[in-house]
Amino acid sequence: MPETPETTSTSGASIRLENLTKLYPGNQAPAVDNVNMEIKAGETVILVGPSGCGKSTTLKMINRLIEPSSGRIRIGDEDVTDMDPVKLRRTIGYAIQASGLFPHMTVAQNIALVPKMLGWRATRVKNRVEEMLDLVGLDPAEFHGRYPRQLSGGQQQRVGVARALAADPPVLLMDEPFGAVDPITRDHLQDELIRLQHELHKTICFVTHDFDEAIKIGDRIAVLRERSHIAQFDTPEAILTNPSDDFVSGFVGAGAALKRLNLTRVRDVAVVDFPTASIDDPLESIFERLRSGPHNELLLLDHNRRPYKWLRRGDLARAKGSLARAGTLVADTVTRDATLRDALEAVLTDNAGRVAVTGRRGEYLGMVDMETLMNNVQELLEADRLEAIEQQHRLHEQRARQTQLAQEGLDDASGTEGGRGSRA
Amino acid sequence: MSFWEYVGTRHAQLLTDTYQHASAVFQCMVLATLLGVFIAVMTYRSEWAGNLATTSTATILTIPSLALIGLLIPIVGLGVPPTVIALTLYGLLPVVRNAIVGLRGVDPDLVDAANGIGMSRAARLFRVELPLAWPPILTGIRVATQMLMGIAAIAAFASGPGLGNEIFRGIASLGSANSLNQVLSGTLGIAVLALLFDAAYVLIGRLTISRGIRA
Ligand SMILES: Nc1ncnc2c1ncn2[C@@H]1O[C@H](COP(=O)(O)OP(=O)(O)OP(=O)(O)O)[C@@H](O)[C@H]1O
Ligand SMILES: [Mg+2]
Repeated sequence: MPETPETTSTSGASIRLENLTKLYPGNQAPAVDNVNMEIKAGETVILVGPSGCGKSTTLKMINRLIEPSSGRIRIGDEDVTDMDPVKLRRTIGYAIQASGLFPHMTVAQNIALVPKMLGWRATRVKNRVEEMLDLVGLDPAEFHGRYPRQLSGGQQQRVGVARALAADPPVLLMDEPFGAVDPITRDHLQDELIRLQHELHKTICFVTHDFDEAIKIGDRIAVLRERSHIAQFDTPEAILTNPSDDFVSGFVGAGAALKRLNLTRVRDVAVVDFPTASIDDPLESIFERLRSGPHNELLLLDHNRRPYKWLRRGDLARAKGSLARAGTLVADTVTRDATLRDALEAVLTDNAGRVAVTGRRGEYLGMVDMETLMNNVQELLEADRLEAIEQQHRLHEQRARQTQLAQEGLDDASGTEGGRGSRA
Repeated sequence: MSFWEYVGTRHAQLLTDTYQHASAVFQCMVLATLLGVFIAVMTYRSEWAGNLATTSTATILTIPSLALIGLLIPIVGLGVPPTVIALTLYGLLPVVRNAIVGLRGVDPDLVDAANGIGMSRAARLFRVELPLAWPPILTGIRVATQMLMGIAAIAAFASGPGLGNEIFRGIASLGSANSLNQVLSGTLGIAVLALLFDAAYVLIGRLTISRGIRA
């Protein structure tokens, strides 16, 4: 495929909501009441909260699908509150639950919509469609002519994301995009989104009412209570270890320690090497390595270097000159973007207590086993503990200083220190 | 004279009548479709306007066609004008009703998505809402066409074109040698035309309804 200069992507722009309020006509109380929020460029912010608390309303005010009753919206340096909404929306990606794909258009036509509206040349649009399909992990040749109803729910959702990203918008709004798919597919889609975001650095505002989802993909999470009042707006780590009040800790739910595993990814821990062989290698050399090498097990990779079979020394007897019957098929793999919790799950269910780590196209990268996990988790908890102690220390010092100032009659508000963990 | 001998000797006249009958129905149907879809597009968003459109087009349908044509003659004269007006008015109801139902039936999530990706109102209407509402609209057109086939025969009463002339001539000369043949040929001609039109609509459906939403 020829290199196209178009492939350079726009990274995110900041979003600022200032005193944003929405009062639906006929309602007594506003659905969104005086929200102030700043989302940094390239950041993934999750709005999470109970049903009806105003998440969707807040999100839809950003692209003015819902006109605010008062307040301002700024994207980048621009105040977009009074801009032509149609033009504004073409620069903001929008993905919703149930994908929102148009059923009478093919996958390619759906993805091409925004670029076409922006007046891109036909060849550029065509290239872009292929590129986007590739980006979301769908084979362009196979999928571009299909209609939405010929796709699975997960595939539809991928196309929905591809369409939202097609015109390369700096900002992406997602309203429970994975709400309607089964848990396993949802998990995959979340991993994909994380991978995409690693490549693209968009500013993403993502609505969900699933706190685990929020922890998994958010750089920061805004926990909202009714009328979109912000209960806490902080990193997942901080919310897990320091929920600001009962409402937030109620939302975090039980098992905060286990959830901590969701915050670290396989990419962040050291994978271990494992001897491999390719299915293309001559049989003799594979047998030879198993028989006389230091290892009594090999991971056999297929033509695309994807994990295929575990091959043990004992399997050789049954092989009889062919690999077809020897070894056990690889049942489960994790990607580099999988969380340690996923990895733990896979390791626990594997009877030899290890799982292969794969890259973007499923190719083998290394191995995670129980020992790796144990070591990493212990380091993680240790670091958390130190962090908490340090935080406590800082608070103590601060309090001591305040008491001292108070005793000297010099107390004014200047003693308070802003910071990530500080709360009103 | 047997029926087939009659058809053999009069086939030139019969063909002309058949052609004119088909042509009148077709043209009036095109008019009714354009007008009907337009009315639906203007009214479907509002509860009362949509209902008003459906009710008023339904009211037209309750007027007997003979009476309506009779009422039109003093206003627009004889011949083609009263035929076209009457047929178009009668063709409206199924189109308007089905178009409103179809447009209102478009999944609100899709409308939200269309707005959300930055479609203008017109783009949303022409690229999303109308294509999705097209199958029911086409059904409406089909039903209307069947109805117009019969009503068009009445147009002969106002000296309009079509197979109605055969039927009326037959009725006028009741008792004469060919009267039954005349009525029969006109009626059969209309039935055959109706079948042909229906086949054409099946084909049009195949060609114009996206494979993505075809049942
Ligand atoms: N068009 C509307 N007219 C009047 N009230 C509305 C409208 N849309 C939403 N509301 C009300 O505003 C409040 C917030 O709705 P919103 O859809 O933003 O909630 P949400 O947090 O997205 O909920 P969910 O998790 O169920 O999607 C709700 O009380 C809802 O009833
Ligand atoms: Mg919602």
